Amino acid sequence: MNWMVWTLPTAGFFSAIAVILAGMTVWQYFSPSIERKGFLPISTTRGDRLFIGLLTSAFFHLGMIGFTEFHVLVATALSVVWVVVLMRWG
Amino acid sequence: MNKIESNKGWLFVLPVFIVVAFSAVIPLMTVVNYSVQDVFDANTRFFTGTEWYRTMLNDPQLQGALVRQFIFSFTILAIEVPLGILVALMMPKKGWQASLSLVLVSLPLLIPLNVVGTIWQIFTRTDIGLMGWGIRELGYAYNISRNSGDAWATIILMDVWHWTPLIALLCYSGLRAIPEAYYQAARIDRASRWAVFRYIQLPKLTNVLVIGVLIRFMDSFMIYAEPFVLTGGGPGSSTTFLSQALTAMAIGQFDLGPAAAFSIIYFLIILAVSFVFYTTIMHMQKDKTTQKTGDS
Repeated sequence: MNWMVWTLPTAGFFSAIAVILAGMTVWQYFSPSIERKGFLPISTTRGDRLFIGLLTSAFFHLGMIGFTEFHVLVATALSVVWVVVLMRWG
Repeated sequence: MNKIESNKGWLFVLPVFIVVAFSAVIPLMTVVNYSVQDVFDANTRFFTGTEWYRTMLNDPQLQGALVRQFIFSFTILAIEVPLGILVALMMPKKGWQASLSLVLVSLPLLIPLNVVGTIWQIFTRTDIGLMGWGIRELGYAYNISRNSGDAWATIILMDVWHWTPLIALLCYSGLRAIPEAYYQAARIDRASRWAVFRYIQLPKLTNVLVIGVLIRFMDSFMIYAEPFVLTGGGPGSSTTFLSQALTAMAIGQFDLGPAAAFSIIYFLIILAVSFVFYTTIMHMQKDKTTQKTGDS
């Protein structure tokens, strides 16, 4: 695995993604998602909201890293709040 | 609607999943790893964190390439989509003329990308190329290696020549799928040619058009070989699009870290735009089905 030049932060990032995906699968198995309409303009399932949340978080991170002086973990913390809000009310 | 869900279906997807894991997911993870480090060789690397991302996002060269890329993609879409519809409307509907025109229209699609570049490179030469020589003879000092306006016009013309047939073929198949009864009803109402197009043909074309626009957007956003062969990104960097700027950095200068960071940004942009298009398609189809059930 040396050729993949792993680092601790990226390993942590991909582990988190893997855990989220596995968690979503288990959640879906025990309580299947029902498509519904929240504050987003389209009706979404749980997975849709997670995807939208992750993608918007990625762009949010890019904006914070590129054009502000905040530490990247500030962006991550705000993103977590945003994804939770989106999952619950989106 | 009673949809039966069986999780055994996942077993059948497993082979594809494994192939995709090796061809896409693992390389993508490696690119992410590269993007946070300065890698010199197999044993020498330093963790740089978000530094490459900051550099790339503020790099004027790449910002320029990104802006040019968006201008290029939206320009060719604005030309190719209406032109493709027009070509499809004018193509004969049956008989040997239909087969002949289908073959003729699809010919440009069969030519490999770098060959298209070479064809146009020769075609626009002012000494031996028909187009370049012709424009010179008409009195305009046409030169794609000096004048960036000429270079842009030529690249857009080349892309329109190469890819309008795709839109035309998609629309042609969409038009053929409209039942004759619609046209009969329109004739009974004495609808004008424009009304037929606006209220029968265009709505029926929506789905194929969205697919066509999606394919053309992604393809044009990744364009590399044709401008590379035709203008080499010049004059200056006036026709250097994203993929060429990226390749120059990754292979030319061997700056793997910044190039990886930029690849991730590039990937996220394409992913976001494709997701918006995809959601739009699904949304429109859903609206239609709810309309239908509402009517009946």
